[in-house]
Amino acid sequence: MDVISHLALGFGVALTPINLLYALAGALLGTLIGVLPGIGPVATIAMLLPTTYALEPVSALIMLAGIYYGAQYGGSTTSILINMPGEVASAVTCLDGYQMARRGEAGAALTVAAVGSFIAGCVSTVLVAAFSPPLSTLALKFGPAEYFSLMVLGLIGSVVLAHGSLIKAIAMVVLGLLLGMVGTDVNSGVSRFDFGVSELTDGLGLVSIAMGLFGFAEIIGNLELGEKREVLSRKIKGFGLSRRQIRDAAPAVARGTAVGSVLGILPGGGAMLAAFASYSLEKKLARDPSQFGKGAIQGVAAPEAANNAGAQVGFIPLLTLGIPENAVMAMMVGAMTIHNIQPGPQVMTSNPDLFWGLIASMWVGNLMLIVLNLPLIGIWIRLLTVPYRMLYPAILLFCGIGVYSISNTSFDVSQTAFFGLIGVVFVKLACEPAPLLLGFVLGPMMEENLRRTLLLSRGDATVFLTRPLSAVLLAAAVLLVVFIALPNVRRRMGSEPS
Amino acid sequence: MVRIRNPKDFWSGAMFVAVGVAALVLGSKYTLGSAARMGPGYFPRLLGILLVVLGAILALRALATDGERVPRFRWWPSVLVLGSVVVFGQIVQTVGLALSTVMLILVASAASREFRWKEAFVAGVALAALSVGVFIVGLKLALPIWPSFA
Repeated sequence: MDVISHLALGFGVALTPINLLYALAGALLGTLIGVLPGIGPVATIAMLLPTTYALEPVSALIMLAGIYYGAQYGGSTTSILINMPGEVASAVTCLDGYQMARRGEAGAALTVAAVGSFIAGCVSTVLVAAFSPPLSTLALKFGPAEYFSLMVLGLIGSVVLAHGSLIKAIAMVVLGLLLGMVGTDVNSGVSRFDFGVSELTDGLGLVSIAMGLFGFAEIIGNLELGEKREVLSRKIKGFGLSRRQIRDAAPAVARGTAVGSVLGILPGGGAMLAAFASYSLEKKLARDPSQFGKGAIQGVAAPEAANNAGAQVGFIPLLTLGIPENAVMAMMVGAMTIHNIQPGPQVMTSNPDLFWGLIASMWVGNLMLIVLNLPLIGIWIRLLTVPYRMLYPAILLFCGIGVYSISNTSFDVSQTAFFGLIGVVFVKLACEPAPLLLGFVLGPMMEENLRRTLLLSRGDATVFLTRPLSAVLLAAAVLLVVFIALPNVRRRMGSEPS
Repeated sequence: MVRIRNPKDFWSGAMFVAVGVAALVLGSKYTLGSAARMGPGYFPRLLGILLVVLGAILALRALATDGERVPRFRWWPSVLVLGSVVVFGQIVQTVGLALSTVMLILVASAASREFRWKEAFVAGVALAALSVGVFIVGLKLALPIWPSFA
């Protein structure tokens, strides 16, 4: 079978010592930042992007991907132990995971979360391997009109998860697209919106925007709140599961994996939506729904499997279509671009070792996480006792050095601080930054495809509706807007824990 | 006098309108072209108009729906945190990584309510040693360790 020979190629790449090392580094770092508050995967990847210049592209991507799924593991650890999700995707795990921990079953909860994530990771690795080739083949037939419509769908999808006003989230996308216009227009050579600053002719920096909006703004937000955390520092023991727990958890893991795989592949899907959806599914299917919120093991198993599956399947749109579906994937686009790899359907044929190596490394990384994480849990807990007042200056320092080293100019550092300030304003106004980041990454591509489409059609915009595939994609985008705008859907999303 | 019932949405809308208008004004000097031959001004103008419209809807709707107040802006954390990073970027090339690191850690730490300057100083020195070890010795970044005029 094709899948097997492809995966064999992938494992050949992923299992080289150097790439194993980077997968391990990424997974551990991801777990670390998943455990620590105040820094998420987007800001971490932004911080590390400059240091990956010197690496082989495949090693760089393997490490950065490891940060992403490692963060899912780390985030669930804090959800269970201190009722505080390290990552948004782990928010649901708090509901029952923390209750299990309070009952003295923290070990069992951690085991279920880790094993559930691992099983989901295995399944989704195979899914990514199986679905990517046909999707790439399909995507290679896309013309500019289809690409434009696909990007519209992807961007609309990214606002699905935004809380609050839908119009606000769409406006953030448009704002991001506009920011993407800064710099030299490839077609005419005109430098746009550069305010006479020569550094801006290359455009705004993705790293600066991501680090400012996601890293600095969150640190300042935490400082303003002056939040105190309590750490459950009791000794954790009993990582084993009872037979009854296994019987309850196994089907939940299977269902969570399925939900995560389906939702993860949709534009705007990904880990968080998958976790929420699978939790409500378990609650509906349970014989005794009243147990949920009181430490039901299914309430840990299903969302943990779902968020890991969703996180990994989320690579499919990126690798096959070149369309990032969330902020982390937007950073991966940045990582591929600095290594001169244009994300899109051609990656699989032009860089097969990179493509399959990355996929295989996800499975390897998941295996490392499960082997390392349970024994290392004591270290992660001890890290949680490091007070925030000592943690955030160190994060700032590493951000500062990272962003300075992009081109050894203070301009990038000031630019990052500027976006930090913007990020603070966004927090005050409840504007979520993720759609903006996607818009920023897709802006130039969107303009280019719109230009090409209208050039081919001699200025006739109806071409977007007369080409069937493009029309289907746009119709899906419209349906998505209508669906989100339905009052009861919005109400439910607003009431979800976040 | 119209009452703003949803301040967060209202001011977001106002922000979007302002940015949209700015984009339209600044973008007016770029060639527009036609749909078939888009100039550099075409897509930005499209986006500018869209942003103004979305922002206006958001702001107007905020007069009719209820929502939360905008939380007070506390300047001090922002100034210290962002300022420490900006100054770091300005001085690291001349002052060197070691002293810039101590400066950044001291200034940034002062933003916390639990600031203790001795602890911050010790952390600064430790992190200076660590970052010199990792970034200059390990990753070979082209940064000086000590001030160049010394």
